[in-house]
Amino acid sequence: MTDVLKPADITQVEEAVRWALGNDKTLELIGSGSKRALGRPSQTDVTLDLSAFSGITLYEPDELILSARAGTPLAEIEKLLDDNNQQLDFEPMDYGPLLGQPAGQGTIGGVLATNLSGPRRIKAGAARDHFLGLTVVTGRGEAIKSGGRVVKNVTGYDLCKVMAGSWGTLGAMTDVTVKVLPKAETEVTVVVEGLGDAQACAAMAAALGSSCDVSAAAHLPDHVASYFEGLPKAEAATVLRLEGVAPSVAHRTGMLTTLMQTFGSVVALNETDSRKVWRSVRRVAPFATEAARARPLWRISTAPAQAHRLVDLITPAAQMFYDWGGGLTWVGMPFEGEADVGSIRRAVAELGGHATLVRAPVALRASLEVFQPQPSGLAALTKRVKESFDPKAVLNPGRMWAGV
Amino acid sequence: MSVKMPETDAAVLGRRAQIVKTLRTIVPGEGVIDREREMKPFESDGLTAYRQLPMVVVLPETTRQVADVLKYCHDNGIKVVPRGAGTSLSGGALPLADGVLLGMAKFNKVREIDFENRVAVVEPGVTNLAVSNAVAHAGFYYAPDPSSQIACTIGGNVAENSGGVHCLKYGMTTNNVLGCEIVLMNGEVLRLGGKHLDSEGYDLLGLVVGSEGLLGVVTEVTVRILKKPETARAVLIGFPTSEEAGDCVSKVIGSGIIPGGMEMMDKPAIHAVEQFVHAGYPLDVEALLIVELDGPAAEVDHLIAKVESIARDCGAVSCQVSTSEQQRLLFWAGRKAAFPAAGRISPDYYCMDGTIPRAKLPLVLKRMKELSEKYGLGVANVFHAGDGNLHPLILYDSNKPGELDRAEEFGADILRLCVEVGGVLTGEHGVGVEKRDLMPAMFSEIDLNAQQRVKCAFDPKGLLNPGKVFPQLHRCAELGRMHISRGQVPFPDLPRF
Repeated sequence: MTDVLKPADITQVEEAVRWALGNDKTLELIGSGSKRALGRPSQTDVTLDLSAFSGITLYEPDELILSARAGTPLAEIEKLLDDNNQQLDFEPMDYGPLLGQPAGQGTIGGVLATNLSGPRRIKAGAARDHFLGLTVVTGRGEAIKSGGRVVKNVTGYDLCKVMAGSWGTLGAMTDVTVKVLPKAETEVTVVVEGLGDAQACAAMAAALGSSCDVSAAAHLPDHVASYFEGLPKAEAATVLRLEGVAPSVAHRTGMLTTLMQTFGSVVALNETDSRKVWRSVRRVAPFATEAARARPLWRISTAPAQAHRLVDLITPAAQMFYDWGGGLTWVGMPFEGEADVGSIRRAVAELGGHATLVRAPVALRASLEVFQPQPSGLAALTKRVKESFDPKAVLNPGRMWAGV
Repeated sequence: MSVKMPETDAAVLGRRAQIVKTLRTIVPGEGVIDREREMKPFESDGLTAYRQLPMVVVLPETTRQVADVLKYCHDNGIKVVPRGAGTSLSGGALPLADGVLLGMAKFNKVREIDFENRVAVVEPGVTNLAVSNAVAHAGFYYAPDPSSQIACTIGGNVAENSGGVHCLKYGMTTNNVLGCEIVLMNGEVLRLGGKHLDSEGYDLLGLVVGSEGLLGVVTEVTVRILKKPETARAVLIGFPTSEEAGDCVSKVIGSGIIPGGMEMMDKPAIHAVEQFVHAGYPLDVEALLIVELDGPAAEVDHLIAKVESIARDCGAVSCQVSTSEQQRLLFWAGRKAAFPAAGRISPDYYCMDGTIPRAKLPLVLKRMKELSEKYGLGVANVFHAGDGNLHPLILYDSNKPGELDRAEEFGADILRLCVEVGGVLTGEHGVGVEKRDLMPAMFSEIDLNAQQRVKCAFDPKGLLNPGKVFPQLHRCAELGRMHISRGQVPFPDLPRF
């Protein structure tokens, strides 16, 4: 059983890191631990539990900012924002159910450290785009701060960016400030029915290239359509979300319907059904069921217009659906324990972008690259950046790549 | 000029002739400029109070040339200062006497427009406005729009993480760039990002954007392009006090509206602008707001009615909605000409750029008025009200002895005030040389050292744009040192499970 340290203040986090430095120990950083099964398996000596850093410390709705201790449950933040008709505009997804954990367990620190986002990524950006300021204890055992508590700031390097998506390999965040935005008054989803993957990518490109201001675009092929709530039929559906004030949404629904009728038959979903569909997309519903959990799961980010070519480049038995207008593809592998890493890496090399093995048995994650392998120059720079924050690799060593 | 730059390397200057000769073999033809008269246009950027002739100017045309120039300089210990169009207002492109000034203006081609993926791939010397112009025929545009957009280049925008009047709704440069090709100081060429979203690992692109030319030289940029909104209309709203104007901004945002643009001007700014542009601004108000709504006509009409109603409730004394595109542009022409307008009412002006929590605006304006009296210099304020980014324009006359120094001290006091009320030193203009020595007002030495270690990961010899951003330069070896008390640290006495 690994020892767990649960520091109560920043000084204790610094102390824990200095202890690790002085005794050649390594630390696994966790908030609630909801994403522990993602990444290369950890072989750290001690777990540093940051969940005591909890609580919202500042919320100024008119200034569009919220500050919280990094271990604050995301659910608590989303509740407060919702009560004030605001939201995290990047719509963070929940890895919990995909990784065999309950839903709704994540912390704001975890959301930022893994740079989460959701269907609105294409319009509103990811966690990185809303991350305004932080206090973080580096692998040198020093607390530093970067950014601020205002939405517009270019003072010094933007260390929030490099912390977002660093999976706890650069520092232990203790306090964060994020940008918050008003919730849309209402939403409608326009559904184009029965399209193949290539046609769907073309339809999504047309929708996103129109002035309809589409805030989410996904294609749910036949073989997975039944997993998505709110759809009128369990058949291939290309879903396009429109959000805003009611008169605007009504106007754009008309515009987008006309535009999409050149691709196939179109229906519009009301607010209730629209929310259901996008909740399913955000939960990666086809791969979050008990039955699907044995399938290795890939997350592929690529140029959206080319995404449909993935179908031809990987095994036909894989299940997949597309978010971000095609820019994000979730691929569930057909066989237990078989990640088919070779064909995935070749496909990504051809299309550009990156693939992450989100879910696989421990043995598999230990034996192959979970994150996208980098070309040598980039890998070397990544390693130097790691060393600049954590020179002795005491924080989550090897979580992303060996040596990082 | 009160900022101390890194010490000049006499040995490098002594080899100047040889250095110029070698650079000519890398960049042939007219790409190397070493005559004083021809180097003169490069001696300063938009922060004209600071001037310095470089050792030599090099204008490469290819990534290979950039890589070879940087590698040669790296191997020979020669400093390099990159430059786009030179519109920086913080001295980011101020040359060094013993440094190569690397001008990227010849990288001026749009390489690819990809409407399907909604991106444009451009060279860094392409101007901000030229990107929008290149995609305008299909109804697209590039969202960040700094006021200098006619002249400033995308490479410079990446270096400074430039904003503009529409960035509250559409984001800054960092939110609109997907990829770049970058050359490190040792000549290594790397690709960060591409046409896809997010990084496969550390967000190095996010680090490079806003790094003020200290981490690498960008040779290609992939930017997101957006479809233009169907319509846009602006409302001009006058208030008897800045408190009421600020209150109106808070209530607009509080009601769930994020306008395309939301700008505020104080009385001196309104008067300066109106005399210059005749935009029809009311002269009998203390504060003026321009609120722009964009989107489908149905949405814009709906939201304008809401904004008008909020404004009336907040005590607005005048409210004018643009009725034509021409009038909307005229409303903006005034705001966009605020800097030159200040130049008309005063021989010189010094433009500041702090961000504050908006609720502190009345306090900051009051304190600024006191400072104005203390220093005996006028000040006019323009304000990106939605995001709290304040641009005080300090009016002075450089021909009057001591006025420039007073203006700089006044400016420094304003920025310290911004930090004191919970804001930051710079919202969009960058630190450069201008605000370098104020960095300790916002960051501890430990914070700054952590930032400099990032610099070391990209440029261990510290040859790229030294003397900018960081008040004190440390050698990377010194920064990397760590004192570990081996074995003496007990197992921490923390709660354990």
